[in-house]
Amino acid sequence: MKITMAHGSGGRSSHDLMAEVFGANFSNDVLDKMEDAAVLDINGKIAFSTDSFVVTPVIFKGGDIGKLCVCGTVNDLLMMGAVPKYLSCGFILEEGLEIDTLKEVVASMARQAEEAGVKIVAGDTKVVGGNGGLMINTTGIGMIPEGVDVSAANMKPGDKVIVSGTLGDHHATILSARMGIENGIVSDCGCLKDITEALAEAGIEVHTMRDVTRGGMGTILNELAGKSGCGIVLEESAIPVRPEVEGFCGILGLDPLYMGNEGKMIAVVPGDQAEVAVEAMRNTEHGKDAVIIGEVTEGDAVHIRTPLGATRVLDVLYGEGLPRIC
Amino acid sequence: MDINDIIKYLSEYDGPEIKLMEVCGTHTQAIFKGGIRSLISKKIKLISGPGCPVCVTPTAFIDKCVEYARKPDCRLLSFGDMLKVPGTNGSISDLMGEGIKVDLMYSPFEVIEKAKADPDTTFVIAAVGFETTAPVYALLVKKALAEGVENLRLVTALKTVIPALEWICDNEDGIDGFICPGHVSTIIGSTPYQKLAEKYGKPFVVAGFEPEHILAVIYDIVRQLETGASNVDNLYKNAVKDEGNLKAQAVIEECYKTGTAVWRGLGPIENSGLYLKGEYEKYDGGSFGLDRDMELPPSCRCGEVIVGRIDPGECPMFGKGCTPMAPYGPCMVSAEGACGIWFRNR
Repeated sequence: MKITMAHGSGGRSSHDLMAEVFGANFSNDVLDKMEDAAVLDINGKIAFSTDSFVVTPVIFKGGDIGKLCVCGTVNDLLMMGAVPKYLSCGFILEEGLEIDTLKEVVASMARQAEEAGVKIVAGDTKVVGGNGGLMINTTGIGMIPEGVDVSAANMKPGDKVIVSGTLGDHHATILSARMGIENGIVSDCGCLKDITEALAEAGIEVHTMRDVTRGGMGTILNELAGKSGCGIVLEESAIPVRPEVEGFCGILGLDPLYMGNEGKMIAVVPGDQAEVAVEAMRNTEHGKDAVIIGEVTEGDAVHIRTPLGATRVLDVLYGEGLPRIC
Repeated sequence: MDINDIIKYLSEYDGPEIKLMEVCGTHTQAIFKGGIRSLISKKIKLISGPGCPVCVTPTAFIDKCVEYARKPDCRLLSFGDMLKVPGTNGSISDLMGEGIKVDLMYSPFEVIEKAKADPDTTFVIAAVGFETTAPVYALLVKKALAEGVENLRLVTALKTVIPALEWICDNEDGIDGFICPGHVSTIIGSTPYQKLAEKYGKPFVVAGFEPEHILAVIYDIVRQLETGASNVDNLYKNAVKDEGNLKAQAVIEECYKTGTAVWRGLGPIENSGLYLKGEYEKYDGGSFGLDRDMELPPSCRCGEVIVGRIDPGECPMFGKGCTPMAPYGPCMVSAEGACGIWFRNR
């Protein structure tokens, strides 16, 4: 069975799709009331974020667009030190989409939402012409606990920069799939909640957190340096990249420092707490390869020190990272 | 000699100013990535040569590709780097914005299956490259011929490096030595540089791509210049044989004839182009005579960048009218183009 325009009509087909696909997977006290809007009881400071997901293929090694759209928004909330609570989701379905694919994606969203401890409390579906594609927007709300102040502007000279694991895995997985290349690379798509909880439990005074998504670590560290008015110096030899990803990038002329990830984060913590923080991160599933890669300095740019003692500037990504020609 | 001794020697070098040209775009990138300039004396200048195939491709080639892509019964396949190079009426990437489908290639061989599956469409490959890429396209047309695939065309801008180096030596005085391209040399070997070294009395040294390799090559050339030598040395011996890859050379010989090719910034250079010949010529999609180049604004100094007369930063358009997001000259487009690399690492 495929999605047709009738599924977006608001009539019987829409109703059946709602019940069969969404109702069967998303059920909680708020959503089940089926009102025009979810009513949430919230007190205190909230974090609020939205993200749209348009990845192709929709199912890839290590995840799918459903897992991705929950993790992506949840991770954004977590990076502000928030406890993620509620998600809304908007589906744009293209005519011709297999309903079985949609079911698989929605089931994956439900699983991931449960794991992340968030409720999906509002949603919408539209059908458009096209070629069997699927796009999802998620918006999330998280509660920021009393006393938590994590911000891109909080880095201070002397802080250490920690990355939670290897770079480039997700981007390389998607590119491999699109180009029909068989390899062992798997997306890191995942929820970073175990890491942020571990840091909180270890009592780390985290200054800044960012998930390392589009634009890659190079771009993100430049943003953080700009917001905090600091410089960053990285040790090239410390930056973790899987050999398969390194090889893949070498062939295509891509740089893992500018590639997107979907389950990796940067944590910037006071220098004297860095070792404890890394240890705490390594005890989690998503942070087991965590490592200190550099230090926050006075200044205003991101530099990399090479193993030979040379220094170069690490700028933001310009344009799109295109595979090269020779 | 230990790498630290080499770094010490090169950082303390205080002799006459030396200008070395790295011919290959991948070397330009490796030099930036390795922070090589920060390790050597300011008196040793590294300049970027015409070694990025995208950068030396004239506008007429892009226009030809665009013309094919617009035909309803044709499908264009290209490597990513070509997409944003401006043609007379926009780039290949602009076409994609109009809904025209262009396939991004990983390996040109994927076209064979596509062509078989869709015999009513002519598949057109934008085939750009040097000696490294030429054998791949040669094998492709051989396979197409053997399997009876008819709906395939190649628009080629395949070039050979030696005639271009000769052109540079004839027309540019200031270059003291050459860091020879690693990938191209795996095909042609180190021997062809011999006649250049003898004719022009300059060192030509074949280099690998690790920072240590590049530093060792710079040291080799500096020592040659200090002792008045002009040798060809091969410091990439694990990949480059003196005689090169004879099989690849044979397939180039079998499938291509040489002819004049236009190098953006340099102009036409005799015998520097490779064109399909004989029974393979039927796969050529009109690659001859694609020499027209767009009129660059007077302030664009692309041509001087390509021959290493100026650093990209000396061009008045660099970073102003011309950036990787809105490139004017192809040197700014490609990840291996001198301007693009300088901009990203400035």
